[in-house]
Amino acid sequence: MTTPTLPDGFVIVVKHECETCRLVVSVISQLKAGAVPVTVYTQDDPSFPVGVGAIHDADLSMSWHHDIETVPTVIKVENGREVARTVGWVRDEWHSLIGRMDLGVDLPAFRPGCGSLSVDPDLVDALRARFGGSVLSARRVETAAAEDEFEAMFDRGWTDGLPVVPPTEERVLRMLTGTTRAPGDVVAVVPPDLVEVTVEKIAINAVMAGCKPEYLPWVIAGVEAVCNDTFNIHGVLATTMPVGPVIVCNGPGTRAIGMNSGMNVFGQGNRANLTIGRAVQLVIRNVGGGRPGEVDRATHGNPGKISFCFAEDELGSPWTTLAESRGVAAGRDAITVFPGEGPRCVVDQQARDPESLCNTFAACLRTLHNPKLVLAFDAILVMGPEHSRVFAEAGWNREKVLDEINARLQLPGSELIRGANGIAEGIPAHLKDATLPKFRPGGLLLVHAGGGAGLFSAIIGGWANGDVGSQPVTREVMR
Amino acid sequence: MTTLLDPTNERRVQTMERVGRPESLSGLVVGLLDISKPRGDVFLDRLEQRLSEMGADVRRFKKPTFTKPAPVDLRHEIATQCQVVIEALAD
Repeated sequence: MTTPTLPDGFVIVVKHECETCRLVVSVISQLKAGAVPVTVYTQDDPSFPVGVGAIHDADLSMSWHHDIETVPTVIKVENGREVARTVGWVRDEWHSLIGRMDLGVDLPAFRPGCGSLSVDPDLVDALRARFGGSVLSARRVETAAAEDEFEAMFDRGWTDGLPVVPPTEERVLRMLTGTTRAPGDVVAVVPPDLVEVTVEKIAINAVMAGCKPEYLPWVIAGVEAVCNDTFNIHGVLATTMPVGPVIVCNGPGTRAIGMNSGMNVFGQGNRANLTIGRAVQLVIRNVGGGRPGEVDRATHGNPGKISFCFAEDELGSPWTTLAESRGVAAGRDAITVFPGEGPRCVVDQQARDPESLCNTFAACLRTLHNPKLVLAFDAILVMGPEHSRVFAEAGWNREKVLDEINARLQLPGSELIRGANGIAEGIPAHLKDATLPKFRPGGLLLVHAGGGAGLFSAIIGGWANGDVGSQPVTREVMR
Repeated sequence: MTTLLDPTNERRVQTMERVGRPESLSGLVVGLLDISKPRGDVFLDRLEQRLSEMGADVRRFKKPTFTKPAPVDLRHEIATQCQVVIEALAD
């Protein structure tokens, strides 16, 4: 729809419901009696104000297209173009704009205006769709009146097995208000079908996942972070191992959008945690074409492949953040993606000294995937507050904690070779005299999260690492 | 009636006709693609031996890693050199 032209002279937009608009009726009448053309648009009551020939802006197209946020608004128009405007009733501003000093001299000098109907929260989504829908280029799919749209979306294969929110124009346009990026911007090329994904397509899938608009930049960053050769979402998707993208969020924005970094951090109940991770996975499914049983060949998979996304507890952490350890400046919003399986619990309710606790972590981490396999897989150690306190009291920083754990994971080849301990799995026999670390340098990541009670931590095991597999990727979140 | 926006890539699947199955492998160039899974070479060594006995001209190719699609140059090389290709998925 094209923008309606403004008539020359003065345009005044009012609504009857607004007390300030009713206050200035006498001023409008004064103006109408003058020589300069005055056009009045009324948003609600077609008969208001009486006797000025008001035009009813019934569909609010004039108000929408000319960004009327407050009524009354007076716009000075020359040759069809706005040259100045004033909002509310500020007598001096009306005098200055209109060039008459005799207007409303008996009225108070100032009265604030009211909200325009065109920005009414109950109406704005429908108006955005009606007047702004042309920015969306996705194919429109109509469901029949008698059709249940939730079932229709299952039937089309658009869901991850749970119901999704219908992506209507209204909802997608509202979602797009969460980013400054244009709907047509290409964000990434999504495996396995290697299809370019736009901001609009991500927004559609974010709606379906249940995201709020303020989550959208995090979803976009997540899609960017997984769709590249470094993270290799193609392999993470296609593998028979039970991994999916685990998303760790950092920065003040995590708190602004209400992410959970505390109690039940991996669990149910937090909309941002669950829907951001879900939206990224829906993009892989719907845009990339990555579906279980097709390119996704997982033997078992894990429930986190629906969504596995959480925030680091930065305020309660004794350490610098994961994002900072990966090169992001303090105070910036960022996500780190990791190819991870489901979390497992580390219990140690006795240790009160850091050395003992490191022994426990090392013993548990050694069993990752197989106690006899080394160097092939990374891991995230998610330290709970009651464990991190032990290190904080001992004055250990992030590097010291990781160094001490890694020092306890230097393993003799004789225990790792194939057949040792009656286990066929293992490393080649010629390495029996070598000492090998469980993790490659930088392969053990440390994150602080979890509830305040419980002497527990968690391990998230990774997938084939390095250039042949997947590397964790960190990206800043841009609005 | 509800109007929904399509969340998919909206691509139409292109169907391509398969090359006809050869009557015999004798004299044909057969490519063996090792995807770099452990012990895939064991399987392919045996195949090469058997195919050579059948008169095939066997050529070996290898992906850098099994976790990623074959690089485009490798795919082109195979497509231009071979009439038949066998891909080994092994562990």
